[in-house]
Amino acid sequence: MVDAGDTAWILMSAALVMLMIPGLALFYGGMVRRKNVLSTIMMSFALLGLVGILWVLYGYSLGFGPDIDGIIGKLDWIGLRGVGQEPSDSYATTVPHLAFMIFQAMFAIITVALWTGGVVERMKFGAFLVFSILWFTVVYCPVAHWVWGNGGWLAKLGALDFAGGTVVHINAGMSALALALLVGPRKGFREAEPMEPSSIPMVMLGAGLLWFGWFGFNAGSALTSGGLASSAFVATNTSAAAAALTWMILGWIHRRPSSLGIATGAVAGLVAITPAAGFVHPLAGIPIGILASLICYHCMLFRAKQGIDESLDVWAVHGMGGIWGALATGIFASVAVNSAGADGLLLGNAVQFAKQVAGVAAVGSFAFAATWILGKIVDATVGLRVKEDEEVVGLDISQHGERAYGGTLP
Amino acid sequence: MKKIEAIIRPEKLEPVRAALAEIGILGMTVTEVSGRGRQKGIALQWRVGEYRVEFLPKVRIEIVVLDEDVSQALNVIVRRARTGERGDGKIFVVPVDNAVRVRTGEEGERAI
Repeated sequence: MVDAGDTAWILMSAALVMLMIPGLALFYGGMVRRKNVLSTIMMSFALLGLVGILWVLYGYSLGFGPDIDGIIGKLDWIGLRGVGQEPSDSYATTVPHLAFMIFQAMFAIITVALWTGGVVERMKFGAFLVFSILWFTVVYCPVAHWVWGNGGWLAKLGALDFAGGTVVHINAGMSALALALLVGPRKGFREAEPMEPSSIPMVMLGAGLLWFGWFGFNAGSALTSGGLASSAFVATNTSAAAAALTWMILGWIHRRPSSLGIATGAVAGLVAITPAAGFVHPLAGIPIGILASLICYHCMLFRAKQGIDESLDVWAVHGMGGIWGALATGIFASVAVNSAGADGLLLGNAVQFAKQVAGVAAVGSFAFAATWILGKIVDATVGLRVKEDEEVVGLDISQHGERAYGGTLP
Repeated sequence: MKKIEAIIRPEKLEPVRAALAEIGILGMTVTEVSGRGRQKGIALQWRVGEYRVEFLPKVRIEIVVLDEDVSQALNVIVRRARTGERGDGKIFVVPVDNAVRVRTGEEGERAI
């Protein structure tokens, strides 16, 4: 039975999550050097096209179609066959099946877009498209099925992931690390060449759009428009606020409270609350957000110290922030908030915490290993990286024949 | 004729312009430049930690004056551009062979 309020909210939420993708493009684009702004933004926009098509053709069926042994969905729903204006039997039963499908499409797109932050400024655009198709098909769709699919093995195990801490963030974070290691550091990275952000105001605008869109991401994942959506909404904002403040203070202790820092903190807090948003009391957003910034901040320092050029810290923020969020769900969850959830460690249920650990380990290791193998294949065939002179002149010119900012002449 | 090239702090441009105008030097060319001297670079904040920028923004003023006006112009610039801290800048004086006013075709000292 279609509910008007639920349908309105899910369609609105799908649009909110869609806006996160150009938001992410600006967030990333502002952090790279001037010569690579467009190539960085292009990756997210290209995925709006590419994954937007793949999802309706076969991705949705692989992720959410009738279960095969908990691993993957059958292709029964290929080309949206049987996915129509009536609700599905198994998902979001108060909204049209098409509304649930397009809401999930946006998650698929942004997850692929997230790991691009690890390989900006040197990955060949063609190789990026080929790799994206493979990664979407072999990594994203199965993991979405494991966690959210009807009959998925992690879902049956009882690992909780409200809005994508494992499916989206751990998945993208570990994949970004693997791919960045394969592609190798940017030229000049090891010589400590300053990789000066091209536009911090653009980063701030992107972070603002991400925060805004995240209400659709998390509160929309209630799949209804009532109390649970409201609770997830408040938890989301609370965690983002706590994490933004914490990162600002960490930067201040070190030297100055930087705007790049507060934007990064907000995103870390949003990542960490994602799996927990609809399972924990909204005030749990405070400890979850504070710890998200503490953990991600130190992971970022650690990554830099190792000399690994995972350029925009997708591993540190999304991978490790996502792991913290998944574990925090196992700590703070309460059936009083969501009867479809479980009690966590604080309410004496250590078993739930163990289930969360299992989900983290399974998705994290699968994402890393599968990305490594797919990356090796694309490197051996297409080649992952641009030529050295193409990298020096910048990917905007060498890959797209454009420059972001015009010259000095009128 | 001499060309005076003064590389100064950006915030000193307006005081220097006003003081030069008082002694009758109205024409000038101004360029935003970056450079380094004893002030060296600056550390800027990244998401964690910082990165160094080795060149700092300065403004370069170019004026061409008669030989007898050089020392007065230098005095004015130094007086108005100085803070006493490292990074105040530097001034170079170089000879000029000729000058042409594009509008009229006048040459030499009449053109400046």
